[in-house]
Amino acid sequence: MMWIIIGVVIVLIIFGVYLASTAGRLDRLHHRVDTAYASLNEQLLRRSAIALEVAMSGKLDPAASLVLADAAIRAQENEGDPVDRAQPESDLTKALAATIGTRDEVAVLFEDPEGRQLGNQLSAALHRASISRRFYNDAVRACRAVRRQHLVRWFRLAGHTPWPQTVEMDDEVPEGFEGR
Amino acid sequence: MRVGIVCPYDWSAPGGVKQHIRDLAYALQDQGHEVSVLTPCEDESDLEPFVVSAGRPIPVPYNGSVARLSFGPVSAARVRRWVRDGDFDVVHVHEPASPSLSVLACWVCDGPLVATWHSSSERSRAMTAFYYLLQTAMEKISGRIAVSEKARQTLVENVGGDAVLIPNGVTCKQFEVGDPFDGYPRPGKTILFLGRIDEPRKGLHVLLEAMPSIVNRFGDIRLLIAGPGDIDGVRASLAPEIANHVEFLGLISEDDKVRAFKSADVYIAPNTGGESFGIVLLESMAAGTPVLASDIEAFAKVLEYGQAGALFANEDSADLAAQLEVLLTSDERCEALRIEGFRRSREFDWASVARDVVRVYEAVLQPGVKVEADFSGQVFGRFG
Repeated sequence: MMWIIIGVVIVLIIFGVYLASTAGRLDRLHHRVDTAYASLNEQLLRRSAIALEVAMSGKLDPAASLVLADAAIRAQENEGDPVDRAQPESDLTKALAATIGTRDEVAVLFEDPEGRQLGNQLSAALHRASISRRFYNDAVRACRAVRRQHLVRWFRLAGHTPWPQTVEMDDEVPEGFEGR
Repeated sequence: MRVGIVCPYDWSAPGGVKQHIRDLAYALQDQGHEVSVLTPCEDESDLEPFVVSAGRPIPVPYNGSVARLSFGPVSAARVRRWVRDGDFDVVHVHEPASPSLSVLACWVCDGPLVATWHSSSERSRAMTAFYYLLQTAMEKISGRIAVSEKARQTLVENVGGDAVLIPNGVTCKQFEVGDPFDGYPRPGKTILFLGRIDEPRKGLHVLLEAMPSIVNRFGDIRLLIAGPGDIDGVRASLAPEIANHVEFLGLISEDDKVRAFKSADVYIAPNTGGESFGIVLLESMAAGTPVLASDIEAFAKVLEYGQAGALFANEDSADLAAQLEVLLTSDERCEALRIEGFRRSREFDWASVARDVVRVYEAVLQPGVKVEADFSGQVFGRFG
C-alpha cells in the first residue's frame, strides 16, 4: 500500500512539473507572438508612411501619385487587427507594384539624391515588412502547435489569451526593388 | 548595433560555416556594427580581434563521422558569461541543429535571437528522439535565415516554420585586382574552365567535345583548365590537334584563381546539373570576365537569363561553340556582359548580404531589450 501511494505521488509530481514547464513554454511563445506583432505593426506603418511620402514627393505623375497616396492612407486607417488589415496592406503592395514596381521606374526614382534617399527608405521598408510578417506567422504557427496539445486544452494552460491569427497578405517586394 | 555570433565548429579548421561567419563579421563591422564571435577553438593563437574562444572542441563520433564539437557544463557556462558580458542587441547562432555551442546558446539566451541554417540533411533518428528538447530550444529563435533553398527545405521538414533566404556572399574586392599570368591576355583569345576535371557533373566533356569546332574557327585559341583530377588521363584522351591548344593548371590557389580570370577572355561553366547556386560565376563576373554557362536553372537565375552572362543549351556542345563564337567576335557584347556581370556580382557582395542580414536583425529587435542569460533556460531548457 505504502509503495502505491509513493508511486502515485511521484507520478503526480512529474505530471505537475511537466504542466508547469509547458505553461512556461507557452508563456514564452505568447510573448514571442506579441513582440513579433509589435515589430510587424511598426514595419507596416513605416512602409505606408514612406509610400505616402513617395506619393507626395512629385517624383511620380499626378495619376500615379493619387493611386499610391490613396492606397497608403487606406493602409494606415486599418492599423491594428491582424485580419482586417490584410486587405488594405495587400492593396498597397499592388499599388506600389503598379506605380513604381519596374526596374526602369525605380532607376528613374534613384536618379537624384532626394529620390535616392526616398527609394532606399522605401526599399528597406518593403523588405523589412516582408521579413517581419514571415517571422510573425512563424511565431503564430509555433504557438498554435503547442496550444493544440490535449493537455494544454484540458488544463486551459493558455488562459484567456485569444487564439493567435496569422497575417495573410501580399507583401511581395516589387521587381524593381529586388536586390536594392 | 551590438551583435553576438555563435559558430558551432572549430575555428582553427577550414570550413564553409566558419568562412561564412568570418566574412559576415567583417562586412557587419564595415557597416559600423560591433561584432563578437564565440567559437570552439583548437589553436587560440592568432585569432581575429573579434573572436572569443569557448575552449577546445571535443572530437566525438556524430552523424556517421567524427565531429569536433563543444558541449557540457563548462561550455554552457562560457556561453553564459559571453552573453552576460557582451551586452548584445541580438545574438545570431549558426547551424542550431548541431549538438554544439549554437544549441547551447539558444538555451542560454533570453532576448532577440536569430539563426542561420547552412546544411541540408536528413532528419536523423537521434534528432527525432530528442525532437522535444530541440524544439523547445528552437522556439526561442525569433528570426530564421537559410543560405540556400535546400537548407530552407531541411528546416521546413525537420523543424517546421519558414525562413528568409539569404545566400552566401562573394568577396568582390578580392577578385577586382590581380594581374593576368605572364603572356596574357593573348591576341588569339583564351577561355577558362574551373573545377574537378573527372567529375562528369562539372561538364568538362561537353567543353572538350566542342573544342574541334572552336579550334577550327579560332586557330590560335587556348583553353586553360584549372582544377584537380586525373590530368594525365584527360590529356591522353585528347586528339593531338586539340591537345596543343589545352593547358592544365592543376589545383590552383585563390590568388591564382583571380589571375586565371584576368587571363581569360571568357569563363566557361558547362556544369550539367547538381549546382545549387554558382558562386564561381559571380567571382568571374566580379573579376570582369564574361561568363558563358549552361542554362541549368541555378545558373540561368544568377545570370538573369542571359542579361548578366551568356547561356548555352545544357549538354549541347554545338550550341556552346556557337555561343562562344558570338562572344569572341563581338567586343560590344563582351563589354556589355562585363558591365552587367559586374553589376550583378555586386548584388551578391558581402556588403549586400550584410545589409539583408541587418534587416533581419531589425525585424527581431525589441526597443530597449538586450539579450540576457536565462539561467532557468540553461538548466531545464524549456522553463520559461
